[in-house]
Amino acid sequence: MPVKNPLSDKVQSLKPSGIRKFFDLVEEMPDAISLGVGEPDFDTPWNIREAGIHALNSGKTFYTANSGIKPLRKAISDYTKRKCSLSYDPDREIVVTVGGSEAIDIALRAVINPGDEVIYIEPCYVSYMPCIVLAGGEPVAIKVLEKNEFRLTPGELRAAITDKTKAIILPYPSNPTGAVMGEADLETIKDILIENDIIVISDEIYSELTYGEKHVSIASLEGMRERTVVINGFSKTFAMTGWRVGYATGPELILGQMLKIHQYAIMCAPTVSQYAAIEALENSDGETEKMRLEYDRRRRYLLSAFSEMGLPCFEPLGAFYTFPNISKFGLSSEDFATGFLKSQKVAVIPGTAFGESGEGFVRICYAYSIKELREAMNRMGKFISSL
Amino acid sequence: MENLKEQILNVIEKDAKISAKELSAMLGAEEAAVLSETAAMESDGTICAYHTLINRDRLNGDDVTALVELRVTPQGGDGYDKIAETICMYDQVDTLYLMSGAYDFLVIVKGKTIKEISLFVSGKLASMHEVQNTTTHFILTRYKEQGIRLKSAKTDGRMVICP
Repeated sequence: MPVKNPLSDKVQSLKPSGIRKFFDLVEEMPDAISLGVGEPDFDTPWNIREAGIHALNSGKTFYTANSGIKPLRKAISDYTKRKCSLSYDPDREIVVTVGGSEAIDIALRAVINPGDEVIYIEPCYVSYMPCIVLAGGEPVAIKVLEKNEFRLTPGELRAAITDKTKAIILPYPSNPTGAVMGEADLETIKDILIENDIIVISDEIYSELTYGEKHVSIASLEGMRERTVVINGFSKTFAMTGWRVGYATGPELILGQMLKIHQYAIMCAPTVSQYAAIEALENSDGETEKMRLEYDRRRRYLLSAFSEMGLPCFEPLGAFYTFPNISKFGLSSEDFATGFLKSQKVAVIPGTAFGESGEGFVRICYAYSIKELREAMNRMGKFISSL
Repeated sequence: MENLKEQILNVIEKDAKISAKELSAMLGAEEAAVLSETAAMESDGTICAYHTLINRDRLNGDDVTALVELRVTPQGGDGYDKIAETICMYDQVDTLYLMSGAYDFLVIVKGKTIKEISLFVSGKLASMHEVQNTTTHFILTRYKEQGIRLKSAKTDGRMVICP
């Protein structure tokens, strides 16, 4: 006899990721060029892989402490001090997670009570809204605008705050827009966050991939450390997506509760990956800088190609995405992306996959070689002139 | 930030086919500046040539490369330079380095057959009166050259679409 009511209403209420449909379409075209990935094209630097191999060879195959091995937490503490001038206690204020994604989830679960409103910035990474819902919160989207270079303005923030607002997820440098918020931008929203007693979950996974000014963490602003959980990880900075290792840093008050969830749900991040991660933090700045320089060249290359074909695009200064505005062609994002894929066999992601405010845009990733980008841009030029 | 010359070299060292227009886009520099810096480096000998890295194992023809170690008696006054100049004259010599350590020169010699190279080493190099002795090593398999893996082509292992 079939089970009568097997599923959670909350889970059923979530729409499947908008990217899924497009993924199936691209899968049917094995010879298409895809500019639709969300991860580096570089292999993990060899010194880091070697550290992983060494960990495996020396039998590091057991569970670790829930919060992660101590030398890694120590390395994260040192790295955070070195990069953001922020000091976190390795024993009480750092948790090593299964990628940044887990850290986002447990941070939300640690702070949300039923009915609490959580603000997130749209267009955005696909997990924020579902994670808020699953944690029992009420998602409130702020749709940031191209004319503001997809940064959050104080006006937009004020308008979204109610007496139920508990937290905000800040996603800068941003996937999918490539937008950044510099220190001056963060200063404009800081006091509003403090006045309204809002907790900040700052997803800074792309912090090392900026092309203008160096990244500044909102937690480093006066009065923000005690209300901010910073999410970071190894996937983008060190090209380690498949290792599934990230971390959260923040005040013990919140991190202590996050550790509890992590302990019951996950136990610990992959052991081998944790050992490799130490090598990444301690000995791989040069590798990161090489990759950053290469991304920067590709970024400029794409922007110049867009401008030549008359495709408007604001200058993204972070992550490895561009978010050109395709609205003048009179097609929806989805029709544009589908048409481009079918006629020229190049996959870009419709902006709407990142929330409805992504309408009128497509996300084009530049984690590809110049050779691939050159061919893709040739085809994009052809497609656009056919419209 | 590296200067423009360094940045140009950094890119074209790996891909000489990139056009000046593309370089100017990638480096955020004027195309005219890229062209003039490149021309300057060509004429002052910083850029010596634009070569193609060929994996001859993909072709059917014969191709042999040998690394030849030479121990020589340096000549008074001229040191090693004069001998080096002479060795460079031979077309068979692809590369010549003066080395520290157990021998003096490393000569990379290219030819069609092992015999051809052996005859060149014994007939030309070993018979120079400054040369005391030679040791010849033939390359069996080329795995990596100039930073490029030759045996295994890199494939994109990523999922085609990912948030």
